[in-house]
Amino acid sequence: MYDAGRYDVIVIGAGHAGVEAGLAAAKRGAKTLMLTLNLDLIAFMPCNPSVGGPAKGVVVREIDALGGHMGKTIDKTHIQMKLLNTSKGPAVRALRAQADKVLYQQEMKYVIENQENLTLRQGMVEKLLIEDDQIKGVMTETKACYYADQVIVTTGTFMRGKVLIGDIEYESGPNNQRPTILLSEQLEELGFELVRFKTGTPMRVNSHTIDYSKTEIQPGDEVPRAFSYETTEFITDQIPCWLTYTGEVTHQIIDENLQKSAMYSGAERGAGPRYCPSIEDKIVRFNDKPRHQVFLEPEGRKTDEVYVQGLSTSLPEYVQKKLLETVPGLENAEIMRAGYAIEYDAVVPTQLWPTLETKKIAGLYTAGQINGTSGYEEAAAQGIMAGINAAAQALDKEPLILDRSQAYIGVLIDDLVTKGTDEPYRLLTSRAEYRLLLRHDNADLRLTDIGYDMEMITEERYAMFNRKKDLIQDEIARLEKTRIKPTKEIQEIIEEIGGSQLKDGILAADLLRRPEVKYDTIKRIVPTEDQLPEDVEEQVEIHIKYEGYIKKSNQQVEKMRKMENKLIPDHINYDEVHGLATEAQDKLKEVRPLSVGQASRIAGVNPADVSILLVYLEQGMRSKVSNE
Amino acid sequence: MEQDTIAAISTPVGEGAIAIVRLSGEEAFTIANRLFQTKDFQQVDSHTIHYGKLVDPKTNELVEEVMVSVMRGPKTFTREDIIEINCHGGMVSVNRVLQLALREGARLAEPGEFTKRAFLNGRIDLSQAEAVMDLIRSKTDRAMSVALKQMDGRLSSLIRDLRQQLIETVAHVEVNIDYPEYDDVEEMTHTVLTDKTTYVKTEVEKLLQTAKQGKILREGIGTAIIGKPNVGKSSLMNILAHENKAIVTEIPGTTRDVIEEYVNVRGVPLRLIDTAGIRETEDIVEKIGVERSRQALQEADLILLVLNGNESFTEEDAALFEAAKDMDFIAIVNKSDLEMKLDLDQVRQAAGDAPVITTSLIHEQGIDELESAIGDTFFDGSIDSGDLTYVSNVRHIQLLEQAETALQDALEAMENDMPLDLVQIDITRTWELLGEIIGEDVNDSLIDQLFSQFCLGK
Ligand SMILES: Nc1nc2c(ncn2[C@@H]2O[C@H](COP(=O)(O)OP(=O)(O)OP(=O)(O)O)[C@@H](O)[C@H]2O)c(=O)[nH]1
Ligand SMILES: [Mg+2]
Repeated sequence: MYDAGRYDVIVIGAGHAGVEAGLAAAKRGAKTLMLTLNLDLIAFMPCNPSVGGPAKGVVVREIDALGGHMGKTIDKTHIQMKLLNTSKGPAVRALRAQADKVLYQQEMKYVIENQENLTLRQGMVEKLLIEDDQIKGVMTETKACYYADQVIVTTGTFMRGKVLIGDIEYESGPNNQRPTILLSEQLEELGFELVRFKTGTPMRVNSHTIDYSKTEIQPGDEVPRAFSYETTEFITDQIPCWLTYTGEVTHQIIDENLQKSAMYSGAERGAGPRYCPSIEDKIVRFNDKPRHQVFLEPEGRKTDEVYVQGLSTSLPEYVQKKLLETVPGLENAEIMRAGYAIEYDAVVPTQLWPTLETKKIAGLYTAGQINGTSGYEEAAAQGIMAGINAAAQALDKEPLILDRSQAYIGVLIDDLVTKGTDEPYRLLTSRAEYRLLLRHDNADLRLTDIGYDMEMITEERYAMFNRKKDLIQDEIARLEKTRIKPTKEIQEIIEEIGGSQLKDGILAADLLRRPEVKYDTIKRIVPTEDQLPEDVEEQVEIHIKYEGYIKKSNQQVEKMRKMENKLIPDHINYDEVHGLATEAQDKLKEVRPLSVGQASRIAGVNPADVSILLVYLEQGMRSKVSNE
Repeated sequence: MEQDTIAAISTPVGEGAIAIVRLSGEEAFTIANRLFQTKDFQQVDSHTIHYGKLVDPKTNELVEEVMVSVMRGPKTFTREDIIEINCHGGMVSVNRVLQLALREGARLAEPGEFTKRAFLNGRIDLSQAEAVMDLIRSKTDRAMSVALKQMDGRLSSLIRDLRQQLIETVAHVEVNIDYPEYDDVEEMTHTVLTDKTTYVKTEVEKLLQTAKQGKILREGIGTAIIGKPNVGKSSLMNILAHENKAIVTEIPGTTRDVIEEYVNVRGVPLRLIDTAGIRETEDIVEKIGVERSRQALQEADLILLVLNGNESFTEEDAALFEAAKDMDFIAIVNKSDLEMKLDLDQVRQAAGDAPVITTSLIHEQGIDELESAIGDTFFDGSIDSGDLTYVSNVRHIQLLEQAETALQDALEAMENDMPLDLVQIDITRTWELLGEIIGEDVNDSLIDQLFSQFCLGK
């Protein structure tokens, strides 16, 4: 055992949660150490080679607005990018990129190596050093002791990881990396409640052995796009994905071999995600479906490996092979890596404060898949928040908790720490009650100020951001006061877009509120002095067109905030609160919500319990006043 | 601190009595002003009473002539502005007045909410905090239990069905959003959604019509009076109903069919069912009657099990206790004016946790105890009364009206070509409102629906 140095913050793991945690802590000015099992696998994507999608893509932009790196990195390393849901409302649009996995890792590693205050080391952490329920540091298996009062654990699916293929099983992290056994045991000894989750991944096949002529092409968008607000260079040379389908014969093979699947033979104990079921799952649960989609996604520019999205499985390798033979285009496909299921320990997330610090051990944080989530974006979101908060504590600054109306990140963390999860948690737009406010196009407007206050956003970017904000405001104000007269020319323009004729003069903003009128038309009728940037025009249009709905949402948010601002003191004794239902009492004791608002979202706490809690808190407050 | 204005009927409601609709909150005066177009309550002195004509602001129709008390905060029960409208016209008119107040912007008070506000605003002494918490608890539980028990089974299954259709529709919209490439379902279109919304709206309007006629609630909690022949079942029915509805004779087996009567006991609306005494019999008519008694027993929410104190405990009595054991029941030992031949300890043991009341029905003794036992069964010992049939009905009407508005908003949004993910907000809202009527939890059901309806994944 030797003293290997003292840090403000130590991050264990360098997956998607770990890298954002380390970068955030370092950027805030904390002297930070990142320890990872294998320096060649930083920000590795063990499953699908893609970033973003509905809700998740918005999260990537939120991370970017806070000064994180997922967005910038994927902008530099994708092989194709798409804007999804373009035919729907602005609230649900989102970007998704296919990543070049290797480039993504390289780029992220480079960013980390060049980050001030951040030290990167290879090493397996064997033990957390704890004194009096306060974290003091960590010890590696090579007996190096690193000391810090804040430690963030981001070990993903490594804790007691076990890989399962057919009847074969062995202890392993994803992609045959070494699993983390001792840490899991230590957390259990400390009294943490762990659950066993599982997830899976499909096979990768050799691109040369795919007959693409039997599949449909899925190209990226022609318009250049980017996640990050800082990105100025766009990748134009894109690589397509391909779509094919399983068929009746595929399903028959799966059905016949179901007993051989690790999942259905009963070997697997963990709860699997409904959000990415294995192909076995799909056949069993939806046996009336004649076919299932299979997307073929290249894993990068300089590799032949193709990810077979839709065929996640834990069937034996030879069955995997047989089943591919029935899928058009994959008849002769060679498996380069077989699909497998992985089972792992996760920390029950209701044991965390909304800062992601554990309630049991001061200074100990957990972030990412270890908290029972699925997905790189969900992991990165928790990582950046844990990094921000660990650094805040180290440097004696305010913690940052985002609420459900500020960001999907807030929805994610609030769900986890308030409701827990009994299967790997995936973000969905329907989890957000203020979806219209949490758009991908306004992530910067929502969060850049916060990022800047934490010194995670450069002056240059902040100035740009403020310029954008001003332009939006000015243009909205202009349209709200510019009156359009029903001249012949204008009537002609309106007729051209299929609108009904103006009877009187009309405010430009009111004209824009008509369903058939777009900002482009307004621009023709009452042009601006200088051409406005596209994203400014977009904001003006959304703001004016959906004003009614936005206002409604904002009113709801105000109501929620009132309850959110009613804080519950940490020392509250729920046994003393007269009249609470027993179930509510138990749940409140477990979750220990920070506010009445949070309490009201706990399953099992009903409105009467909330009223009773309010009365109790008021009683406490008044007796305090009268005692003084 | 809490800004919205709440309203409720604040005195026990019964035919003939004066009932008060009470409004409390920032907008109490403005809402009242809208209901009494000729008056401006902002201008009058506090703590004064006014005569006024209450008019439906929508139709300009005169509803009632009433007395209005105006009390300006903070010298009021809740420390907020309070308006009290004193109505004479019985249930129907109080109901109407409350509904108008709700339509003009008040919110129906939650159980115990006036008291809660009084406390939160510092009007009620600190030492009473626990009493306040208990009050909220018992009032809520009681409102819930009565509201649910009273729903007509057919209507609640209709609402359940509408909700299922709504959530399937919402899940469809959601799957299009969260899984844009999933090709198993067609994109939801405005046309499909408009049809569905219009259909649900028609159904909600029908329900609202039913609710306004007061028919959404079953007219009382099914209460079966059971017992051996001649123990005094029909006598009990007559006493609780205050009228001679059932024939009483000294001949065992008098009542041969099921007789129903609606009564209100301590604010609990009961549908009393007098039954034929249960015994083995050869008489064909009586046999049918006994069968029906068994049926009534099974369908009842509350059992009044009558025993004759003047006879010893028989196997038949034991069998009745056995039949009632998993239900809410009250054991009544009647004919206490005669010699007590029944072993009361044995009765108490058979009754378990259920109350045992001793009565002499011909001398009208023990009726009070019996009535409070009935009240307690539903209200968990809470003291205050008030007709709950009523409150739940007003609540239903308000929820249905809100659902109607939400559906209207959805339809208008579709006409204006708003994107479906925005239209969906009001449809989800409707689903939540209908859920409140039947007391169903909303937690995570949408996500469950999403993944059971569609085969999603990577
Ligand atoms: N002494 C005495 N007689 C009572 C009392 N209550 C009822 N009775 C008499 O008992 C007889 C039967 O009463 P009912 O009310 O008809 O009894 P029942 O249970 O409806 O009888 P069936 O309909 O025949 O099953 C009548 O003669 C009543 O007057 C009581 O408290 N004391
Ligand atoms: Mg009778």
